[in-house]
Amino acid sequence: MALDDHKTTGFKFIGTRPDRPDGLDKVTGRALFGADAQAPGMLHGAIVRSPHAHARILRIDTTAAEALEGVKAVVTRADFATGLSGEFGFVLENVMAGDRALYDGHAVAAVAASSALIARDAAKLVQVDYEILPHVTDVDAAMVDDAPVLNDTYADATVPAGLHPNVVRYHESGHGDVEAGFAAADLIVEDSFKTEATHQGYIEPHACLATLGADGKGELWCTTQGHWIAQKTCAALVGIDTSQLRVTASEIGGGFGGKTTVFIEPVALALSRKANRPVKIVMNRSEVFRATGPTSSTSMDVKIGMMKDGTITAAQGVFRLQGGAFPGAPMEFSAMCAFAPYNLENVKQVGYDVISNRPKQAAYRAPGAPMASFAVESVIDDLCKQLGLDPIDTRLKNAAREGTKASYGPRFQRIGLVETLEAAKAHPHYTAPLKPGQGRGVSCGFWFNHGGETSVSLALSEDGTCQISVGTPDIGGSRASMALMAAEVLGIAYENFRVTVADTATLGYNDVSHGSRVTYASGLATIKAAQDAVAKLCKRAAAKWGIPEDAVYWEDGFAKPSGANAGNFDPIPLAEITKDMGSTGGPISGHFEATPEGAGVSFGTHIVDAEVDPETGKTAVVRYTVIQDAGKAIHPTYVEGQFQGGAAQGIGWALNEEYVYGEDGRLQNSIFLDYRVPVASDLPMIDTVIVEVPNPGHPYGVRGVGETGIVPPLAAIANAVSAAAGVRLRHLPMSPPRILRALRAQASEG
Amino acid sequence: MRVEVHLWSGLRSLTGGLEKVSVEAASTGELLAALARDYPQLAPVIDAGVSVAVDGRIIASSLTEPLGPDNEIYLMQRLKGG
Repeated sequence: MALDDHKTTGFKFIGTRPDRPDGLDKVTGRALFGADAQAPGMLHGAIVRSPHAHARILRIDTTAAEALEGVKAVVTRADFATGLSGEFGFVLENVMAGDRALYDGHAVAAVAASSALIARDAAKLVQVDYEILPHVTDVDAAMVDDAPVLNDTYADATVPAGLHPNVVRYHESGHGDVEAGFAAADLIVEDSFKTEATHQGYIEPHACLATLGADGKGELWCTTQGHWIAQKTCAALVGIDTSQLRVTASEIGGGFGGKTTVFIEPVALALSRKANRPVKIVMNRSEVFRATGPTSSTSMDVKIGMMKDGTITAAQGVFRLQGGAFPGAPMEFSAMCAFAPYNLENVKQVGYDVISNRPKQAAYRAPGAPMASFAVESVIDDLCKQLGLDPIDTRLKNAAREGTKASYGPRFQRIGLVETLEAAKAHPHYTAPLKPGQGRGVSCGFWFNHGGETSVSLALSEDGTCQISVGTPDIGGSRASMALMAAEVLGIAYENFRVTVADTATLGYNDVSHGSRVTYASGLATIKAAQDAVAKLCKRAAAKWGIPEDAVYWEDGFAKPSGANAGNFDPIPLAEITKDMGSTGGPISGHFEATPEGAGVSFGTHIVDAEVDPETGKTAVVRYTVIQDAGKAIHPTYVEGQFQGGAAQGIGWALNEEYVYGEDGRLQNSIFLDYRVPVASDLPMIDTVIVEVPNPGHPYGVRGVGETGIVPPLAAIANAVSAAAGVRLRHLPMSPPRILRALRAQASEG
Repeated sequence: MRVEVHLWSGLRSLTGGLEKVSVEAASTGELLAALARDYPQLAPVIDAGVSVAVDGRIIASSLTEPLGPDNEIYLMQRLKGG
């Protein structure tokens, strides 16, 4: 991208806060979510799920279910494609078990019937004979020598010899000599930490409506973060050509990474093909918890050496993540993000991907990073306390800057960590007095961000308004952001745009809305598409004036002659050109397709005040401030919302949320009554500070903001709670029973 | 043109103990092909998905990014997100 494409100041529309385009639909109930689709002759699907954590499937008898009046189809694994390998193979095994059920809730069969009630009754009539096998759900237990083996073929070439077959991937990276670094330290703190699995907790359960005919042509409506990946995966799993399946993304009620894959969609397609009718499947909340992807649970060891002046001399971390019954736990991101905020001469990080009898993990905002940050930033907090150092000054002393060799290898380009730390130090929150029983914690966090395949199409209408088609489902306000960026280029007001998330048949391929990539990549593509349209508008004006195309430029919504030599013509507004476009050369539109590779990494710093009741162990977060580098905030209200959302989800992860498995390997808390997400009354007003250090890889300097905001909270809250309780908390969530146990253990130790 | 590429240290066992290797490549695509050819044990790792950082800019998937002998090049695990 040429440098003259870049603009980081002097915006007319960027940085304003117009009304959200989906607001009216959502507050009036007009927005159509996954479960809102209907079709003539539609059937309802229900899934038969394993009640066992690990069992061999000996026999599935569908006779009784098929005999029930109203039942139109029953499918098992035999109704799906064969011979799939890699991720498609894992996804198929996850959406419909083969010869073994690998976790409590694993799908083993499915039914389609004329009503949801009949489908559920029929599912109960499917007879499955199981041979129960030994199970393991804890990451450390899954690595010991006598742990039950889930699969002895999954381990890849990176796994060192001698490890248990449940260790399926291995990561090691770093630089320098950590032992020499530790030898130079005045103080070394080494500690171990655990975090429990949490769910993304989106409000909208998975839902879809599928039609698949005997001709191999299908339609799928579903709630998803990426309908092209849904198209590609579903087509492979049911054995049809990708382009014969059209997928439309519904309005989405939250995803946070959990809707970047498929669960019920291929099942609905298989049922539809068998019944020759449309099939709708809507998960209930218990199914969402039991069978869709939570985060990994972790077990971590961190060792950091520091000099008396706060200089970190060496850092080392071991991050063990279980990711359910399939490879893919994001341990490499735990490892690579753990120490990324710091300029370290000696650093080493190791990650283990471990399989266990739990549902296949799915991404959750900055997958793997929050847990690692919890461990690392807790140890830094301890070092600061023991050496009497200010936690922000210490982080500033060691902070990564432009040119710093990152803990994961390459040197950073322009980054904004120092700016977030300086803003944190200057914020009134940092020096506000604490009340008795309260503690303050800070933490930094890092995430890479992502570009990904992207296509955008932009079409002007005769009245001078504009339609934009994007392929990234709007999970964070992207329709508003795209309209603002296009408005900036075309020079017409935000209200003139309508942004639509197009289906897979009407736009080129788009990667999933993940990796904090949408405002960056779809935004870049929207800017380029708008510039493409501007070039065509200038060409029409040039033709009208009878001057060369390059003698015309575009400014504030008008075509203008570029100077006296070009001629003395009155500027032509956009609507004047589009009014006659059908007879002056045809419709005017702009397009852009690319895989942008300039997503800038981002950093954040959080400050938290917490209060702990020593009698009950209950924690209240009483003040919270998020400071994060956004590069450039296109629509600041949405950016602040992302910051606040990360903090809110982090509060839940840190204090209450966890998957609880019984001795039998079954999930004990698969409803919101028992799995406690924070509600409004649990949260303080979350203050935000947007730092803007432009990303050189985006025309307007944008960095993704969707994920970094969930990296610092676990550690910042743990540091605040530990300060308030007077004891280091090493196991998340810091639920009241765990806090009481820690207080009692400390008291008994004297 | 020969370029040097840094590997993450976990790959040492697949390259005979090397953490930095030199291969003939003028683009990211040629780099990955050369690594798989010259160090066959890396092939499944590359097939599973990797990214390449060039002078600090992380190239998540493009095979057409040009490379030069003065570039600082790191092989990284494939990036994704939530």
